[in-house]
Amino acid sequence: MAMLHIVNKSPFERNAFESCLNHASAGDSILMIEDAAVGAITKTAFAAKVEAALQDKSVYVLSGDLAARGLSEDRIISGVETVDYAGFVDLTVSNETTQSWL
Amino acid sequence: MATKKFMFVNRKAPYGTVYAIESLEVVLISAAFDQDVSLAFIDDGVYQITKGQDTTGIGQKNFSKAYKALGDYDINKLYVEKESLEERGLTLDDLMELTWEDEDDDYAEKPSIHLVDRAAMSGIMADQEVVISF
Repeated sequence: MAMLHIVNKSPFERNAFESCLNHASAGDSILMIEDAAVGAITKTAFAAKVEAALQDKSVYVLSGDLAARGLSEDRIISGVETVDYAGFVDLTVSNETTQSWL
Repeated sequence: MATKKFMFVNRKAPYGTVYAIESLEVVLISAAFDQDVSLAFIDDGVYQITKGQDTTGIGQKNFSKAYKALGDYDINKLYVEKESLEERGLTLDDLMELTWEDEDDDYAEKPSIHLVDRAAMSGIMADQEVVISF
């Protein structure tokens, strides 16, 4: 049963993102939206945790939220995929369940 | 009215919550009261002044350009914490060029952003009479 984990809090401000990574199972998908989008870029204090998750999970970031915060897609961690709102909907359909980490 | 040293501390990324825009509005209002105003950008607050913000994808107003007006209101002490940038993989080059014109120096354009380390930021905070945190 693959689950889509949706995170909307900055990993530098709350521990919701980290807790999500600690609880997600292999084969799950993680989507960064809103303030969580800042976790998608390289060379941050959180990047290693996202890279570790990529070993056995799919990780996505909502492109509009990245652009709004002035972060260009060429700084995204290798392996993290961008999605638009339509891609967000696709993820909710392709996973059996969804969990929002508020 | 006596002038006081006011500092507005910005600790949240823009758009995900209303803190950033609310802070900016209060800062602009404070300019009308002729106070000694400075801004601190620490933690996720540094994302408020990144360059190239494009909000077309999220349907929200891009208010980042308003920071460029601060210099015209004599708000030219924007302290950005070095450690906060580094933790987020950012450098000064990722921030907007925010300047002010010094009328006592033939209107020379001068940078409003001052990069300071955590210890210096602590000292600047300690020096304030009023601190308002967002």
